[in-house]
Amino acid sequence: MNRHRAHFLLFLLSLIVACLLQLMPLPDLLLPFRPYWLGLILLYWALEEPERVGLGRAFLLGLVGDVLQGDLLGDQALRLAALAFIVLRFRSRLRFFPMWQQSLAVFALLLNDRVLSLMERAFTGAPMPPASFWYAPVAGMLAWPWVFLLLDDLRARLRVHEA
Amino acid sequence: MPLARSDTSPLFGAGATSTLRLVVYLAAGVALMVADYRGHYLARVRQYVAVAVEPVYRIAAMPADAARTVRLAVADRQALTQENQRLREALLLTQARLNRLSAVAEQNTRLKELLEVQHSLGLGVQLAKLIDIVLDPYRQRITLDAGARQGVVVGQAVLDAYGVMGQISEVLPTTSTAILITDTAHAVPVVIERTGLRTIAYGSGSSDRLDVPNIPVSADVKAGDKLLTSGLGGSFPAGFPVGEIVSVAADPSGMFAVAVARPAAALERSGDVLLLRPLADPVGPPALKPQQGPPAPPPEELAPATAATTPAAASPAAARPPVPAPAAPRPGDTGTAAPAAAAPVAAPRPAAPATTAAPEQRR
Repeated sequence: MNRHRAHFLLFLLSLIVACLLQLMPLPDLLLPFRPYWLGLILLYWALEEPERVGLGRAFLLGLVGDVLQGDLLGDQALRLAALAFIVLRFRSRLRFFPMWQQSLAVFALLLNDRVLSLMERAFTGAPMPPASFWYAPVAGMLAWPWVFLLLDDLRARLRVHEA
Repeated sequence: MPLARSDTSPLFGAGATSTLRLVVYLAAGVALMVADYRGHYLARVRQYVAVAVEPVYRIAAMPADAARTVRLAVADRQALTQENQRLREALLLTQARLNRLSAVAEQNTRLKELLEVQHSLGLGVQLAKLIDIVLDPYRQRITLDAGARQGVVVGQAVLDAYGVMGQISEVLPTTSTAILITDTAHAVPVVIERTGLRTIAYGSGSSDRLDVPNIPVSADVKAGDKLLTSGLGGSFPAGFPVGEIVSVAADPSGMFAVAVARPAAALERSGDVLLLRPLADPVGPPALKPQQGPPAPPPEELAPATAATTPAAASPAAARPPVPAPAAPRPGDTGTAAPAAAAPVAAPRPAAPATTAAPEQRR
């Protein structure tokens, strides 16, 4: 029970940190390189502990992100639901990729996420985003190993601590 | 326990990743987006949760704030010195500009005073704005935004840049009505500039026409002659342009010539008009000015009071033989009896130290 609770706390904490990172002000130069933290964290949990992340939770998390970011309600909810769906579908394969392949897969997923976002923008009549719109998935790919290692390490520590 | 719920939840069974679920969620997302795009619900939701969300932004901004603080703390001395120098120069420049501004302001007040003087010299004018116009065949009036509070009185001439427009016919506290020279009920005494012939121009009811009906047949009047105010009747000062003769024809009876003139003033176009202040009566001495400062030397019983107000007033009072008499008894009674002959000169002097103290303090 205690163990579950600690893990749940870690899960919650990681999501909160992701929200904060998503909102953190950055210099204009770095702004396009901000990885999609919410997506990355959700990806990790969907890969490692799929029983925590369903489509519903992904959708809810997206709603929270929408409220925080204030773009368009339902935008991130839809994207995260789609992301979670793909990851959960191919989870068994993705999990056993070596790190570099996993990173590439993450890149593809984030790129897909961007494409979805672009489609939404097109429907709302927003103009074509600049080239910097596409930097974020690259940054996300580069950030993925560190996110993965950090969270894996934290989880391992929790497990050891309890054992 | 959230976990207990999720462990048994069918959400994580085999169907958790079914395409149907995805479709449902995607549809929900699209529906939300469309609703929000149409109705802007998100803005409203954000209004409600702003209280809860605001600290999140604070926390999110913390690293950036910290970074800024650190950068400021370790900012290098040279940069600070440079910045200081730059700010100093900017301050100097601003100060110089400010000084110039105050000089300009001073000049402005001086010029304004000059203007005031010009007003007091006679032919003063007052600017007023048109706020309403009535132009129909029977009533040609304009309403101005100056009234009794601004010193407007009935009968003041109304001019524009080109000539006479009319005169004030009615004054309300903050507005006034002027009758135009083209009103059928209005007539202006005019003189023809070229020949000096005196006649009267009547309004015609149409804002581009004045009638000059009774000109002697023998008179020398041609189209193109200028009409000026003659100054007769006292309503208008002499010499302002009224109009220009357009045509001259014979009266049906053949006794007179009838001329038609075009008003010189832009009756249909003017937005700002000038109100001529009534001229001072040119006959007799100027009106007495209201008295300010010390009153003029009054009769005897007021003399001590006069001496008390200013020391300057005391000297003419002393020169007059009867004046010291009431003033003398007081110092005379208190001290030794002064010689009667010395009283006229001496009396004001003992009074002076006691009474001038107050004015001197005031200075």
